[in-house]
Amino acid sequence: MASDVLEKGGPRAHDVVPTFTVTMIVRRFDPEVDNEPRWVDYDLQMHGTDRVLDALHKIKWEIDGSLAFRRSCAHGVCGSDAMRINGRNRLACKTLLKDLDISKPIYIEALKGLPLEKDLIVDMEPFFDSFREVQPFLMSSSKPKDGKERLQSSEERARFDDTTKCILCAACTSSCPVFWTDGQYFGPAAIVNAHRFIFDSRDEGSQVRMDILNDREGVWRCRTTFNCTDACPRGIQVTQAIAEVKQAIMRGKP
Amino acid sequence: MTVSIETPRAPRTVRRGGINWEKWGWIYMRVSGVALVVLIFGHLFVNLMIGDGVKALDFAFVGGKLSNPFWQWWDTLLLWLALIHGANGMRTITNDYARNNLVNLILKGAILAATIVLLILGTLVIFTFDPCPAGAAANLLPTFCSAG
Repeated sequence: MASDVLEKGGPRAHDVVPTFTVTMIVRRFDPEVDNEPRWVDYDLQMHGTDRVLDALHKIKWEIDGSLAFRRSCAHGVCGSDAMRINGRNRLACKTLLKDLDISKPIYIEALKGLPLEKDLIVDMEPFFDSFREVQPFLMSSSKPKDGKERLQSSEERARFDDTTKCILCAACTSSCPVFWTDGQYFGPAAIVNAHRFIFDSRDEGSQVRMDILNDREGVWRCRTTFNCTDACPRGIQVTQAIAEVKQAIMRGKP
Repeated sequence: MTVSIETPRAPRTVRRGGINWEKWGWIYMRVSGVALVVLIFGHLFVNLMIGDGVKALDFAFVGGKLSNPFWQWWDTLLLWLALIHGANGMRTITNDYARNNLVNLILKGAILAATIVLLILGTLVIFTFDPCPAGAAANLLPTFCSAG
């Protein structure tokens, strides 16, 4: 135990953390030089407490400064460092190296289904376009009572609690096989954010959103493969949310 | 802040008129899927489990079944639901993989043609099947052939 070690005045807790060598194979692409993306190996000395993001930082800061990837808060809130880690969409800042099989190389590549710009950076605009299309904002024609706030019971709030957790990292949408092949499909993230407002008792625009998602490329394209639920770093039950929107559209009301 | 904006920048998408095929296709897959579970397992149970089991299967057995209106309609339902269910699935896969417009159109046309031909042929067989063909050995035919 670290506390015992400290009491005995032995090595500091930091030194006790196991270290290991891990091979990272990163899919690099520099549009000014490369015609095709290429896989590049990096052998790194890492600690048991390190995440994939720490390994990428180590590459960028100590080995090759040209490695490009997005990250901001580095604590699973901003949603900017979603990438494919060993073939699965994960946040680099929430994936511990020790949870992966470090006896084998770790493969890192950019999200699939969105245009690759450089290294691990993809063009997120198509993703945000479909997000915008479902009109993810409170629509109301009335002023709140007493001019203060719009009240809601805790049950009404709980109805859409799960879908409020979305951080728009695109891990779900870019794991969806329908999104990969059908350039027009809204994708799970847009439907999740529509769900968040469709089932909000304060919102009056449900019908508009349901009409949008009742479109040819709307919810009916979903084939319930559960890739999105598996990919979501926030644990949102994405496929269930999509199914609830489908049922709401069939009923004609939330 | 208590400003209420009447649907900001919201050009309500105009629903093109007519039937929402994508929606009804989805509902069809769910409904026919449930019906097919009953129809297929009922079919397998009656043909392979009841009585002599798989040994009972011969021309007389099938002929007997296809002259019973109950099994005629069971098989017709099975044929139509399953074939359209499968064809719709094939259409979805074609939309996924055939990116070339012409190839896509040809494949979907072929699926549609095959479905229509098989539906007509199958329905025709079910309702015009002769269980007592003339000149066949009596021991191969259903028992009611010799009775009449």
